Amino acid sequence: MSTPIERLEAWFREAAPAVSFCSLRYVSERSENVSVRRGVVEPIASGDDAGVMVTVADGRGLGYAGTCDLSRAGLQRALERARDWARRTQACAVTDFSAATLGEVRRGEYRTPVATPWDSMPLPDKIGLLREQSERLHADPRIVDWDASLWHTETETLYLTADGTRVQQVLSHLVPGLGCTANDGSETASRTFGGRGFCRQGGLEVLEQAGFSEAAPVLAREALELLAAPNCPTGAMDLLLAPDQLILQIHESIGHPLELDRILGDERNYAGTSFVTPDMFGRYRYGSDLLNVTHDPNDPGEFASYGFDDEGLAARREHIIKDGILMRGLGGHLSQQRTGLPGVANSRATSWNRPPIDRMANLNLESGDATFDGMVRSIERGVFMQTNCSWSIDDSRNKFQFGCERGTLIRDGELREVVKKPNYRGISATFWRNLTHVGRPETREVLGTPFCGKGEPNQVIRVGHAAPACVFAGVQVFGGEVVED
Amino acid sequence: MQDYFYELADFAETLLKTPEVVLLGFSGEESSFVRFNRSAVRQGGAVEQRQLALHLIGDGRRVSTQITASGDAALDRERMGKALGDARERLAVVPQDPYLHYATEVRSTESVQPNRLPEDEGQVVDAIVKAGEGRDLVGIYMAGGIHRGFANSLGQRNWFSTYSHHLDWSFHLDGDRAVKSAYAGFVWNPAEFEERMIRAKGELQALRQPPRTLEPGRYRVYLAPQALEEVVGLLRWGGFGLSARRTRRTPLLRMVADGAGLDPTVRMVEDTRGGLSAGFDEAGFLKPDQVTLIDGGRLGDPLVSARAAKEYGVPANGASRRESPESLSMAGGTIPRQDVLATLGTGIFINNLWYLNYSDRDACRMTGMTRFAAFWVENGELRAPVNVMRFDETLYRMLGDNLVGLTREVELLPDAHSYGGRSTRSLRLPGAVVNDFALTL
Ligand SMILES: [Zn+2]
Repeated sequence: MSTPIERLEAWFREAAPAVSFCSLRYVSERSENVSVRRGVVEPIASGDDAGVMVTVADGRGLGYAGTCDLSRAGLQRALERARDWARRTQACAVTDFSAATLGEVRRGEYRTPVATPWDSMPLPDKIGLLREQSERLHADPRIVDWDASLWHTETETLYLTADGTRVQQVLSHLVPGLGCTANDGSETASRTFGGRGFCRQGGLEVLEQAGFSEAAPVLAREALELLAAPNCPTGAMDLLLAPDQLILQIHESIGHPLELDRILGDERNYAGTSFVTPDMFGRYRYGSDLLNVTHDPNDPGEFASYGFDDEGLAARREHIIKDGILMRGLGGHLSQQRTGLPGVANSRATSWNRPPIDRMANLNLESGDATFDGMVRSIERGVFMQTNCSWSIDDSRNKFQFGCERGTLIRDGELREVVKKPNYRGISATFWRNLTHVGRPETREVLGTPFCGKGEPNQVIRVGHAAPACVFAGVQVFGGEVVED
Repeated sequence: MQDYFYELADFAETLLKTPEVVLLGFSGEESSFVRFNRSAVRQGGAVEQRQLALHLIGDGRRVSTQITASGDAALDRERMGKALGDARERLAVVPQDPYLHYATEVRSTESVQPNRLPEDEGQVVDAIVKAGEGRDLVGIYMAGGIHRGFANSLGQRNWFSTYSHHLDWSFHLDGDRAVKSAYAGFVWNPAEFEERMIRAKGELQALRQPPRTLEPGRYRVYLAPQALEEVVGLLRWGGFGLSARRTRRTPLLRMVADGAGLDPTVRMVEDTRGGLSAGFDEAGFLKPDQVTLIDGGRLGDPLVSARAAKEYGVPANGASRRESPESLSMAGGTIPRQDVLATLGTGIFINNLWYLNYSDRDACRMTGMTRFAAFWVENGELRAPVNVMRFDETLYRMLGDNLVGLTREVELLPDAHSYGGRSTRSLRLPGAVVNDFALTL
C-alpha cells in the first residue's frame, strides 16, 4: 500500500501539463482539542483534513484549483481547472506570471523538533491535567466562567513543481489555554494565560516552557483584584508594555504595514493598505535606534517556524528593521519580483484550499539591555500594561488603539496599584520613535497567535512573535467608561 | 451531493453498535474565486471542499470528529469506518457529559435552490475587468454552490443547497480613499451589475475633492447600513447568546445587570426565515422563524445552543455553539433615504467603519476607524471627503440617548467573509443619524 503522498507524487509527475509552470501542494492536518469549561469536560473534538492545491501558469496567466478529491481523476480535474483559470485570466493578469515563478529547483525537508509527543500522554491524563487547572481557576464564587484547554495540530505538507522541486514538512503546534472571568454586578473582569498567546511549535514540553501549571492561581487572583481596582487614569505618560501586549503592537503596526502585497495594493478591498511606500525601504526611520526587528522562521520552537515557505523558498533570519531603519519588506518571491524590493520567504497559505499570499511568520523584536526593574525605575509617571484584550488599527496601519487586561500604575520609579481597563492609542509612524528602553533577554517571551486574518478569499494563519518588555515615552493612556450615578 | 451525504449517513448507521447514536454534519462548497487589483486579475481559481462532522454518542458521552469527504465513496466509507472506530475508543475513556443534548424528535427538511449562475465565468471576469478600465478596481468575485446537511441515526435528514455569487469590490483613488460596493445574488444580471458600477463611479467623483482633516471631538454623523454592519458585526460575538449572558461576559452586560436600554425604536431579530442560511443546527434542532433579540430598546430572548439549553435548563432555539446570529435583522425607522442628508444637516456622512473592538466591554464602548468614503456635510450638502478618524463610543449613546433616528429603508447585506469557507450569514440594517459621536484620534 502506498501512502497518499507517494500516490499523489507519482500521479502529478505523470499528469502535470506541458506549461511554463505547474505545482502541487498537499496539506494534511490532524488536530485534537481537549477542553474543560466551568469544570465540565467539553466533547473531545478531533479533525483529520486533507487536500491538494495545484497551480498552473500558462501564457501570462496563473490559475489554481484546490480539491479534497485525492483520486487520480480528482487530481486530473484539478489540473484542468487550474489551467482553465490560467488561460481565462491571462489577458488581464496583474503581472506576467510566467516570469514570476521561482524558476529554481529546491529539495528539502523540515520537521518541528518534538521532545514529548502529543500522543505520549493518554487522553484521560490530558483531561485530568485540565480538570486540575480548572479547579484552581475557580478559586472564588465570584469567578463565573473559567476554562482550560489544549489544542494540538500536526500539519504535513508536500510541495512539488513539475520541474523537480520537492519540499516536505511536518509541523507540530500546541496552543494551551487558560482563562477566568470574575463578575460583581455590572462589573466583569477577565484574565487569560498570555492572551492565549503562549502557542508554540513542539510537543507537550511546551506546557513546561510556558509555565502552564503555575498560571491558574495567579490568573484567578488577578481577575478578582481587577473587580475592585480603580479605572486606569487618562493622560500622556510613559508606557511599559509586557511581551503579551507588545506582540500585538508589533503584529499590527510593524508586521502588517510591511507586507509587500499590502504595499502593492492587493489587500485594499479587505485587510487594507499601508502607510509604508516602496521608496521608504533602506532609509526610513521606523523607530528609535533601539528598534531591531527580525523575521525568523528558523527559531524551532516559535509558532510559525518552517524550513521553506509554501512556494518552496528557503527560510532565513533577516533584519526587517535595523537600529530603527526600515531595511526589508515582508513579501515572498512574487511580491519581490513585482516590487523590486528585498523580502523574505513568507508566501504562505492557511491550508490546501487557499492560494499563498504574503504572511508574516515569526516577527520578533530583538532584546536590548534594560532590566525590568531598571525600566520601572526610569518611569516617573506611567503604566505597566499586560495581556492584550482589544486591538484596532486603520486601513493604512497608522492610527491604532489597544486595550489590556491589567494595568499597574508606576509612580516615582515604583510599581503601585493595579488599575482596570487600561487602553492606549497612538500613530505607528511616531509611536516607535518614542521607544526609550528595550528589555534584556530575561524579559523576553516567545508567543504567537493562531488567528491572523487576511486575504480574499479570507485566510486565517499562525504567526509567532517574540519580544522583551519595552518602554515608550509620552503615550496617550486612558481607562474604561466612567459610570455616572 | 445530497444523495451522496445521505448514502454515507445510511452507511454510518450500519457501523453502530447498540445503543450508540451518530449525528452527522455536512459542509461543502464548489467555489470560484477571482481576485482583482488595479482592474486586473491577481489570482483566479476554484476550490472544491467537503467536510463531515461526526458525533458519536453512547452512554451519556460524546466525542466529535471532523473528516474530509473526498467524494469517492469507497475511500469515504473507509475513512468513516476508521473515524468511528477511533471515536469509539475515545468514547470509552471520556467522562459522561452532563450537557449532552441533541434532537430526538425526527424533523427532516430540504431546501434546494436551483443553480442559476452563469456557466461561462470568463464572461463575468471580462465584464468586471472592463468595468474597471481606466480606474483602480480592487476586490473579489466569489461564486458557486454551498451545501449544508444534517443526518442522525434516528432517521432525521436535513439538506440545504444554495448557489450564489458575491462581487465585493472597491474603486480606489490615491491612498486610502475609495468607494466600496457589492453585488451579491443568485442570478448574475448584467444590467444590474452595470447599474451598480455606474453608481459607484458616480460616488467616486465626490471623493476627488481635497480631503478635510477633522479635529477630535463630538460630531453629528450618519452611519450608513454598511457602517452599522461593523457595529452589529462586533455585537454578534457574545452579544446575543445565553452563555455570554449567564457568565456575564456579554458586551450587553449593562442591559442584563442594570436594566440599561437603547432607544425604544431599536428592534433586532434573528430572522432565519428572511435570511440566507440553513435552518438547522449541528445537533439537529430546527431554527424558529424568528427570535426577538432586542425589542423596544430592551433585551429580548437570547440565542440558545443545544449545549447551553441543557446547561441552563431552557429550550434550545437552534443556535450554533457560538450562539451568534446568522441572519440578524434590525427594524427601520422613519427617515426616508432621500432625507438623510437633510436630517444630518451639518456633520459627517460615514459610509464605512472598520476594525471595531471594545475599549470597555462592560460598557459596550467600542472603538474603530472610518474607512473608504466619509464626507463632511454642511446644511445637507456634501462638501469634502474627510481623512480617516478613530471613534470611541458606547452603544448606549450611539443607538440610545444620541440616536436621532433610523432610515425607513433597510438594506440586505450578505456577508462577504470566506474564512474556512464562504459565509451564508447576512444582516438587514437601516442607516442611523447619531448626535455627539465621539472621534478621538
Ligand atoms: Zn494579523
